[in-house]
Amino acid sequence: MLKKFLETPNDNTAKTITVIVALCLFCSVLVSAAAVALRPIQEQNKLIEKKTKILEIAGLYDANQDVDELFEKFDVKLVDLATGEYTDKFDSATYDQRKAAKDPAFNLVLDRKDDIAGIKRRAKVATVYLVKENDELKKVIVPLHGYGLWSTLYGYMALEGDGKTVTGFGFYSHGETPGLGGEVDNPKWKALWPGKVVYDETGAVKLKLVKGVVDLSKPGSEHQVDGLAGATLTSVGVSNLVKFWLGENGFGPYLKKISEGRS
Amino acid sequence: MSQINRTILTDPLVDNNPIVFQVLGICSALAVTSNLQTALLMSVAVIAVTSFSNLFVSMIRTQIPSSVRIIAQMTVIASLVIVVDQLLKAFAYETSKQLSVFVGLIITNCIVMGRAEAYAMKNPPVASFIDGLGNGLGYSLILVIVGVIRELIGSGSLMGMTVLETTRDGGWYVPNGLMLLPPSAFFVIGLLIWGLRTWKPVQQEVPDFKILPSHSEEGV
Repeated sequence: MLKKFLETPNDNTAKTITVIVALCLFCSVLVSAAAVALRPIQEQNKLIEKKTKILEIAGLYDANQDVDELFEKFDVKLVDLATGEYTDKFDSATYDQRKAAKDPAFNLVLDRKDDIAGIKRRAKVATVYLVKENDELKKVIVPLHGYGLWSTLYGYMALEGDGKTVTGFGFYSHGETPGLGGEVDNPKWKALWPGKVVYDETGAVKLKLVKGVVDLSKPGSEHQVDGLAGATLTSVGVSNLVKFWLGENGFGPYLKKISEGRS
Repeated sequence: MSQINRTILTDPLVDNNPIVFQVLGICSALAVTSNLQTALLMSVAVIAVTSFSNLFVSMIRTQIPSSVRIIAQMTVIASLVIVVDQLLKAFAYETSKQLSVFVGLIITNCIVMGRAEAYAMKNPPVASFIDGLGNGLGYSLILVIVGVIRELIGSGSLMGMTVLETTRDGGWYVPNGLMLLPPSAFFVIGLLIWGLRTWKPVQQEVPDFKILPSHSEEGV
């Protein structure tokens, strides 16, 4: 029967359909098998990458040690952004802030005037990573994201226990131009951030990128970071996302509580 | 390997190179060559897709109805590209992130489809596989050359290792930012084509028509 089928002229309508259906079936099995078999490895890659970035930004990364083990040092908490209080509405180990930001049940649509980071909506609850020593809060790592030139930049900022001094900053995902806006990944640029102060005396977010090189002898330089040469729009985007996420509509209320709690 | 097979393999490297002679697959050559590492990974992906798509298309070539042969070829190519994409995401995660959509876009790479239609539909599986391998290698050769030039001049490094110390890191070399942007690959590939056709004049095309001087004596 197979022989007869193979000998049928290729132009025969029945044969055309049969051949294409068989081919598609075969290919779909191949594709599905590859996708299903490789998914666990891919998810693992993504998770490790994210954890590595958080550890790097927190200054705890050690290439010789297991990422998962190092990550145990963090106390992972969820914060209700509106009140700035911790919440246990969700399980902090499985909560996905990026997914929640897309779900109308868990997100907040931002007003145009508030939406300086260009993100349109944000999750009501955010994940924070705390580093504690003898019950004293040493570091808090907050996620932030916003629009640059081509893409949304996703990153983390590590702050000291006082809730306003930066100890680390970096992005784990972005699509900016390599060599220009992509220099947000340059370790030399990221090294400019530690020691910078986010808020001024009135509690307003002052930290931003400025054109050229910051003169460290001038007053106010603790609120300024060098802009990226040749990447004005990315620099503006980074300033805006810092302003948004550390401001009133972001982690502002939460960080205020932290700094009050300690002083 | 027999003499014929060797010719099939080496012919697309220089004499019949898909990028600089046939001028196919330029789009991805612009996009993924800003550094050598992505260029290499893209090369591996394209070699895998061209050779195996040629092999599979050739295996079923006698049964493909001619009215829907392009669709049949696309099905094979698209499936292979997805499998390659999944493999890269699992085993070369960091670099595959930089390649982003360009792995998926191998489907639209004219070289893959061109070889399936022009060669694999008419030749036996082994020869087709070698032809795909050769064309993939020819593509890779240009990608690697362009990648080396762009990364070296654009960021002063190769495979991410510093070769020319840039001024940004306290060295002497002022990197050429243009080389990091896609249009620079046009210049590099253009110069390669010029060089190759000067070296091998047989690759020069005969003009389709002759441009007459604007003030022709035979004119109106």
